[in-house]
Amino acid sequence: MTPSQDLRSPAYIEIHIQAEAFKPGEELDRWCALSAGAGAVASFVGLVRDLNLGDPISSLHLEHYPGMTEKVLHTICEQACSRWLVSSLSVIHRFGDLLPSEPIVMVMASSAHRGNAFLACECVMDYLKTQAPFWKREQTQSGPRWVEARDADAKAAARWEKQP
Amino acid sequence: MITVRYFAALREALGKDTDQFNYDDALQTVGAVLEYCRAQSTLHAETLASTKPMRAALNQTLTALEASVADGDEIAFFPPVTGG
Repeated sequence: MTPSQDLRSPAYIEIHIQAEAFKPGEELDRWCALSAGAGAVASFVGLVRDLNLGDPISSLHLEHYPGMTEKVLHTICEQACSRWLVSSLSVIHRFGDLLPSEPIVMVMASSAHRGNAFLACECVMDYLKTQAPFWKREQTQSGPRWVEARDADAKAAARWEKQP
Repeated sequence: MITVRYFAALREALGKDTDQFNYDDALQTVGAVLEYCRAQSTLHAETLASTKPMRAALNQTLTALEASVADGDEIAFFPPVTGG
């Protein structure tokens, strides 16, 4: 995709599931250059926590379901693009071993105006948290433990179902 | 042949990531496949117990247990997801 390409139709989607670290600043620069005609770019970056449920976390291992992960995220992005009139959407998500404060996920949405770009980012993140097949295993001082799904994430995703 | 894949805590508890079964009439739904998996061993029965929160996928799409299964399908069982 070149910057001169029309971003409006059809929506342009990039999904990157990778073990390698990424630099959010560089990704955002690249995405802004690619979205030159869009008017607005919103982004979200999730970082590995250093503390969870009161326990210090020394590292995080992320397992995923290769194939299904990409498929689910692509579907989520397609739906977000048509719902929020977003011209392009990108999701970067890491797997494997990560350290506290490393970027784990990044979503970038380009649209004509900021409102829809913000909404698309939030909507994609809420569905990613409840549908994309990733599982976190934290390393704590008392050994490794699987992170349990939170009700708050399910509720966050459910509220998008209620809105028109 | 039906391929069943396990992920995360389920994979770890079972000590394996895959089971394969010959397809037959007893395996017509995802729920029937789950019952068949539970019957494989005591460890399977404990790990895949209905009291534990679990999700299922059919050919890499989240599914309900009522969904129909065909020969060659890939089914997966895993805990609720925790990415992002």
